[in-house]
Amino acid sequence: MKFSIYRYNPEKDDKPYMQDYEVELQHSDRMLLDAILRIKAMDDSLGLRKSCREGVCGSDGMNINGKNGLACITPLKDLKEPVILRPLPGLPVIRDLIVDMSQFFKQYHSIKPYLVNDNPPPQKERLQSPEDREELNGLYECVLCACCSTSCPSFWWNPDKFVGPAALLQAYRFIADTRDDATSERLDNLEDPYRLFRCHTIMNCADVCPKGLNPTEAIGKIKEQMVKRMV
Amino acid sequence: MALSRQIFDTVIVGGGGSGLRAALQLAEAGHHVAVFSKVFPTRSHTVAAQGGIGASLGNMQEDHWLWHMYDTIKGSDYLGDQDAIEFMCRKAAEVVYELEHFGMPFDRNPDGTIYQRPFGGHSQNFGERPVQRACAAADRTGHAMLHTLYQRNVRAHCQFFVEWMALDLIRDYEGVVVGIVALEMETGEVVIFQAKSTILATGGAGRIYHSSTNAFINTGDGLGMAARAGVPLEDMEFWQFHPTGVAGAGVLITEGVRGEGGILLNSEGERFMERYAPTMKDLASRDVVSRGIDQEIKEGRGVGPEKDHVLLKLDHLGAEVINKRLPGIREIALKFANVDPIREPIPVVPTCHYQMGGIPTNYYGQVVAPRGALGSSEVIPGLYAIGECACVSVHGANRLGTNSLLDLLVFGKSAGDHLCQWLKSNPQHRDLPHDAADRSMERLSRLDSAQSGENITEVAQAMRRTVQHHAGVFRTGPLLREGVEKIREVAQRARNTAIKDKSRVFNTARIEALELENLVIVAEATLVAAEARTESRGAQAREDFKDRDDKNWLKHSLWYLEGSRLDYKPVNLQPLTVESFEPKVRVY
Repeated sequence: MKFSIYRYNPEKDDKPYMQDYEVELQHSDRMLLDAILRIKAMDDSLGLRKSCREGVCGSDGMNINGKNGLACITPLKDLKEPVILRPLPGLPVIRDLIVDMSQFFKQYHSIKPYLVNDNPPPQKERLQSPEDREELNGLYECVLCACCSTSCPSFWWNPDKFVGPAALLQAYRFIADTRDDATSERLDNLEDPYRLFRCHTIMNCADVCPKGLNPTEAIGKIKEQMVKRMV
Repeated sequence: MALSRQIFDTVIVGGGGSGLRAALQLAEAGHHVAVFSKVFPTRSHTVAAQGGIGASLGNMQEDHWLWHMYDTIKGSDYLGDQDAIEFMCRKAAEVVYELEHFGMPFDRNPDGTIYQRPFGGHSQNFGERPVQRACAAADRTGHAMLHTLYQRNVRAHCQFFVEWMALDLIRDYEGVVVGIVALEMETGEVVIFQAKSTILATGGAGRIYHSSTNAFINTGDGLGMAARAGVPLEDMEFWQFHPTGVAGAGVLITEGVRGEGGILLNSEGERFMERYAPTMKDLASRDVVSRGIDQEIKEGRGVGPEKDHVLLKLDHLGAEVINKRLPGIREIALKFANVDPIREPIPVVPTCHYQMGGIPTNYYGQVVAPRGALGSSEVIPGLYAIGECACVSVHGANRLGTNSLLDLLVFGKSAGDHLCQWLKSNPQHRDLPHDAADRSMERLSRLDSAQSGENITEVAQAMRRTVQHHAGVFRTGPLLREGVEKIREVAQRARNTAIKDKSRVFNTARIEALELENLVIVAEATLVAAEARTESRGAQAREDFKDRDDKNWLKHSLWYLEGSRLDYKPVNLQPLTVESFEPKVRVY
């Protein structure tokens, strides 16, 4: 199978280039990550992140034939050759397919991604109805792979000012949690021409999410809550 | 060249469930703590745990921590230390409620309490009938728990060193652990971290097996660090084979599937577990179910063209239960087995999953090792180990499902609490020895200077194939002896590896070479300890010694890297407050 992979090592390359590889696959190679590891066995200098190899840790996000995804759950049979692999767009490249995710995590941290409830907790669990718990479905499952935020033109242009789809999805995860008491502060934190309102519902985020989540919908719900509290 | 140095109260190596739980305890108490992780913390392997956290909350039926304790001891095949097991089972409800208060999105019952599902080996009233004890967030409990713990650490302003690999422990001339040497992956820089105390929380080393549910990062780094620093490794012969890894892919299918009512079938469509475990059936403990499956395959009742797996049927649960309780499993089955479990069974096979052994500790997480000829265990000052890399031992020869996440919470918190006290009476940093970084620098300079040598990928593959073939579900003396010889050859090769890429910036080849050095240490410990133990207990099933031998083998093994030497220490059969559970025949 033929691949064309983005290469850049700041210690020796003046600028990035694409390197072609051809690799013989084995019967057991099902996913893109399997093929990349065959390439890495031939060329140990190829840099990428990887860990769980089942789509739950979010390490191996990359741009695959023009679309962001996780290599470990992208079936090889669906890919057109040569398979073109690039680092996630919009973030500084450290080396090869490895990007600097500092800005992405900075935005995640900026939404206060933890439950806020200053009442003393009961001796047992806080109660929550199954219906209220269901509101968190489609939100808490995010693996922070950054496929969504790095496919969003608004995030490319203003990664320091626009929170981005991944972190906004998490902002809504806490707004939607009946156990969280900080909705008003959370909305204040996002009421800004950039932080939330740079989302122009282009919907690339929902289109690429490897976990099938829909950040655009969550962003819409945050906007609704803002409108609601104004009237 | 002098290395730069940073100073902390406590350094924690590993940002998974146990490391984060300990960090939280220390950071919230105002201590200066640093967490090191090879990956961003939410990518740690805790994220892959699916089924639940064991705790006798009694939300579904009557339950009691003493029943949980009994199940855990029986599950351990009586090799677990009963003081630590009592400690864990008594603390279980407290740590689960805390996690809920931190924001963990548990599934709920109609009355608003945490939903609990049945799991293998968990019973009411000392083995009478299955009980619902596994506190679950769908089939993504580990993911939900790891993210919740990370989030809580963000709130506590805990300091993280992300994408740093710890290389070695620093012990001073009196044997006190005074910090670590670590490598920043992005720059290749090596830094000394001086600390009053060090916690190893590096997870398991399931990547020593060819077929494994474990992530790539599970390379036993903490075990390698401990072994190189002269600390023994305990009970390394005991590796859990999870009954249901996806055949061919190795990806985990939670026991929660069987908890929700899924059943195992052989090629004749027979629910064969009824023969092996008449009461608990498909929910017997994991070693029993894995042996059942392997026996069916050995006797020709495996499924598929190679007759090399069995089937996990769950379509009878209905689409609603599957989509609500097991959505991640459906996703995995569709992606990795090409089947939709709403309609078809999932092909599964026992797959290496969990390391019961590890760095010996007490239930405060302090590392303990025999000292002198008397063989009494003494604390190694300044060193703690928690989670899968530690051997407390609560899992003994076989861990019960849901007790791993519980272990992370209970002993992560316990180590954090103990350290908060310990730091009060040990307020000073001790001096670093002059040779603090020598071992690490030698390892790195060998890799930097080697112009030719063994290929990392090939040596790693030889190691995995050796362990898989020689220390699988069923073991025999000759097979193990041959395995010991082969793994020593592999270990020799691992000392002569060469990487082509010598660059400093994010050099993953160098990281993999360093990881391989840790893996082969674990692999050798496994084979040597398994060969020596001439009995069958829990996950160690010897075809040449089919019975458990309490007279000679009711003891923990201790393997030392120096001389690849074995020692033993007794099992603690004395709980903290209740009466001892005497070893008896194990029937499910």
